[in-house]
Amino acid sequence: MSRLVPESDAGGATVTDSGEAAAPSARIGEVVDGLRAALGDGLIAHHYSARDAWVRVAPGSWREAARVSRELGLSYLSFVSAIDWKQAPGLGGEKLWDPDAEEGDAPGDGPGRWLTGVAGGETRFQVFARLHDVVRHVGLTLKVDAGDGPDGPGGGAPRAESWVPLFRGADWHERECWEMYGIEFDGHPGLRHLYLPGEFEGFPLRKDFPLLAREVKPWPGLVNVEGLPGEDEPTESGDVEPE
Amino acid sequence: MTGVLAGTFLGIHAAYWNATVLRLVLALGLALTGAGTFVYVYLFKMVSHLQSRLGPMETGPHGSLQLMAEVVKFIQKEDIFPRKADRWVFAGAPFVVIMSTLLIYVVIPVGPRGVVSGLDVGILYALAVSSISVIGVLMAGWASANKYSLIGALRAAGQLIAYELPLVLAIVGVVMQAGSLNLQTIVAAQAHFKLFGVGGIGLFVIPQLVGFFIFLVSAQAELTQTPFDMPIAESELVAGYMTEYSGMRFLVFFIGEFATAFALAGLASVLFLGGWWLPGMGAHWGHLAWAREAVGTGVMFAKVMLIGFVIFWVRFTLPRFREDQLQAFAWKFLIPLSLVNILVTGIAKVAAHG
Amino acid sequence: MSVSEQQKAAYVAGQAADARVRFELETEGMTLNIGPQHPATHGTLRVIVRLDGEQVVWADPVAGYMHRGYEKLCEVRDYAQVTTLVNRIDWLGSFCNEVPFILAAEELMGIEAPPRAQYIRTVLFEMGRVANLTLFLGDMAAQVGALTPVFYAFRDREYVLNLIEAATGGRFHPNFDRIGGLKEDLPKGWIDETKLVMRKIRHFCDEIDDLLIGNRIFEERCRGIGVIPRDVALEYGLSGANARASGIDWDLRRDEPSVLAWKDADWKVWTHPDGDSFARYWVRQQEVRESTRIVEQLLDGLPSGPIRAKTPARIRVPAGETYVHTENPLGEMGYYVVSDGSPGGPFRCKIRTPSFSNVSIVPWLLRGVYVPDVITILASLYFILGDIDR
Repeated sequence: MSRLVPESDAGGATVTDSGEAAAPSARIGEVVDGLRAALGDGLIAHHYSARDAWVRVAPGSWREAARVSRELGLSYLSFVSAIDWKQAPGLGGEKLWDPDAEEGDAPGDGPGRWLTGVAGGETRFQVFARLHDVVRHVGLTLKVDAGDGPDGPGGGAPRAESWVPLFRGADWHERECWEMYGIEFDGHPGLRHLYLPGEFEGFPLRKDFPLLAREVKPWPGLVNVEGLPGEDEPTESGDVEPE
Repeated sequence: MTGVLAGTFLGIHAAYWNATVLRLVLALGLALTGAGTFVYVYLFKMVSHLQSRLGPMETGPHGSLQLMAEVVKFIQKEDIFPRKADRWVFAGAPFVVIMSTLLIYVVIPVGPRGVVSGLDVGILYALAVSSISVIGVLMAGWASANKYSLIGALRAAGQLIAYELPLVLAIVGVVMQAGSLNLQTIVAAQAHFKLFGVGGIGLFVIPQLVGFFIFLVSAQAELTQTPFDMPIAESELVAGYMTEYSGMRFLVFFIGEFATAFALAGLASVLFLGGWWLPGMGAHWGHLAWAREAVGTGVMFAKVMLIGFVIFWVRFTLPRFREDQLQAFAWKFLIPLSLVNILVTGIAKVAAHG
Repeated sequence: MSVSEQQKAAYVAGQAADARVRFELETEGMTLNIGPQHPATHGTLRVIVRLDGEQVVWADPVAGYMHRGYEKLCEVRDYAQVTTLVNRIDWLGSFCNEVPFILAAEELMGIEAPPRAQYIRTVLFEMGRVANLTLFLGDMAAQVGALTPVFYAFRDREYVLNLIEAATGGRFHPNFDRIGGLKEDLPKGWIDETKLVMRKIRHFCDEIDDLLIGNRIFEERCRGIGVIPRDVALEYGLSGANARASGIDWDLRRDEPSVLAWKDADWKVWTHPDGDSFARYWVRQQEVRESTRIVEQLLDGLPSGPIRAKTPARIRVPAGETYVHTENPLGEMGYYVVSDGSPGGPFRCKIRTPSFSNVSIVPWLLRGVYVPDVITILASLYFILGDIDR
């Protein structure tokens, strides 16, 4: 399973496994500890960055995690969204692996080989949500694996528990996740299209849903730029020095 | 009242029917001119300047020919007819509305002898006839086969009926003071009224200030102008009961609205501001009688424009009432206030005479 | 079928399905369709409302008429190209949209913009807030029926937009923020001009005080209308002035440690306990005044120095994830940026927009409300379609 390999330790979230980095603030540490105490094995991994925290829970504990977080003071729902860890085919640009490698060798291509983010992940689809405490000013990102979707065994839809019984505002966020990724939420009052017209086919934000504009015209970064006569040729295609 | 308008101005003594036709034509001309003046001065120019912009400037000097352009524009538009609309009712509604407006002009005096028909029930007739427009509004909303229009028409009907009462009650005080419903007599009464023993400032607006206020507010509501413009709330119902009307039919509604504004302003200036009378115009001017008519007309016009200014100024300044707040305002505030006004006027009149 | 034919077929099927839904809804009561073309909704939002007389029994906002697929588009764009795209989310205060994204990219790359850039970013951010909220002050007045303040709002907003254009080149879409700082420094004379304009905006707020806040009709139309209790607001994710009007004392500028310069100015967070439409209007009016003060203070204390930190010629953001959120004029706007370390754009860019959450409360809020109050409530929630639909 490939991890996103950070090139340097600067600034952003560095990828470590549970328990190594210290909590950025006492309050965040309390929240994560409170979650671990309530969920036990349900809390699979956590991760701290210089100022933020991530927590990954087991699929069966997703709603419970929301309830516990809310009791711990994180009562503001920022958003619920999803991420598809499959690498998008054929978009051009350099990628981490060898583009000549056989299909099936490259990471991000199949079960057991997904790219994952902070706090890890085992399936292609992950649902993540952000909660915030408006009184003590800490925020937490929660993640849960939703399944491999059509790429997995059985090929069913990715699933997750719905937060609507706890946070009514999750209604629209989950509708959007379903519409864009095909993730079914158990317990949602009615998953229907939010942005897209009535019976749109397909789930647009999935990486294998082609972006029509890019089919027609490749990524502008790939366009060859010729130097002026007498100048050196640019080093790589699309390399333009900023002013 | 046997004076013949045409005869006084042009020295022509004509037969009754010819004179009447001439008078009616002039009244129609007055209605259209009045509406047009209100539209140009207040709707195009005054509101623009209030909103820190200029208004129409292209058509004619300072946009004075904009009215011509608007009329031509409306006339040449396609006559759109919603398929589900009730044909005759739809077509008849604008004409009912404008008919009720034009009938008011029959009694408005624009000069010492400038009135189409000096009815002895003048003001009562005027207010009664103005309430026919409610039928036209309901016809328009119903026949348009459009939910928005229906909502607008129902709101309008409720509002117009509610504000008829304060409108009528407000003038009862004036009528008591003048002792007559005849509009020319009311003007004459103001000419002769002595306030605290001083003649010449006897305009009824001073003793009847409350009535004046109620009349203006009710007139604003009768015209469905903000703050009472729920029926045509532009940002909610597009144009309320007028939504489905376009072209000539809409022009008729439009003219009707502004002609009513002019007429109600005319009634207000006659009832409260003394109409065509100013101090010095009470006596006959002998062989300058024609000048007296002309000056009277000018004075009347000035007063009407003044009241129009107030009406439109309020229109473009205040936000609008919600329907139930509007009704509460009429029934719980204006009507009791006007009843109190009548009571006080009656007591004062008896006390002054007794 | 090719993809485009597939999409066309799906679109036609969608229209048919919509028509079926409309037909099925016409069972009882009257179903009113507010929008998508309507003078009141701020853009193409459709609110299907079922009425019983003049009261609403059921409401459903239908968004998506302006959905442009930003999250998918961000994945196929460079980090530098994304700012152009993202300007157009909240187009009234559009510099504010670029800032959280750039801050996220800077955080992942470990780059810090110089202090002068941070100050000017904050100044432009606040001016975006002023431009956005002055339009709200005029626009909500127009929805309520006062037709004149909207003209004053547009007139005074022009000065702010002129200043933004003078500094960035674009009135509505500045596209000025860069990873590491800003594109250019401020033009000469801009600071004095800005201070004059901020005084004008405060004068405009005083005019609004006279025309509307003290006006009894406005109060009657707005007080007690659309009350949102505090816990419901938090559940639905209401942020910004909507939350502060419900008594939630929360402002990301004050409460989140940020690299931008808000802590260097002395300003106040305004809240209101009522949670009704009047409170939302009032809080935003105070925020405009406060923003003008922030701008003046920051311009007084503007540090000198470079306007952009040294960044590599080709932006390549290391692998990682981060979430940066700021107090945008409409509420909490955040970008959850996931980078996989490759050159090119973000692997995933979740854009958390405030109006999305603000509008999601509409079905709950509109039950039992009168039709004219529907307009007042929608106006007071203040959403921008680009923000809902992305």
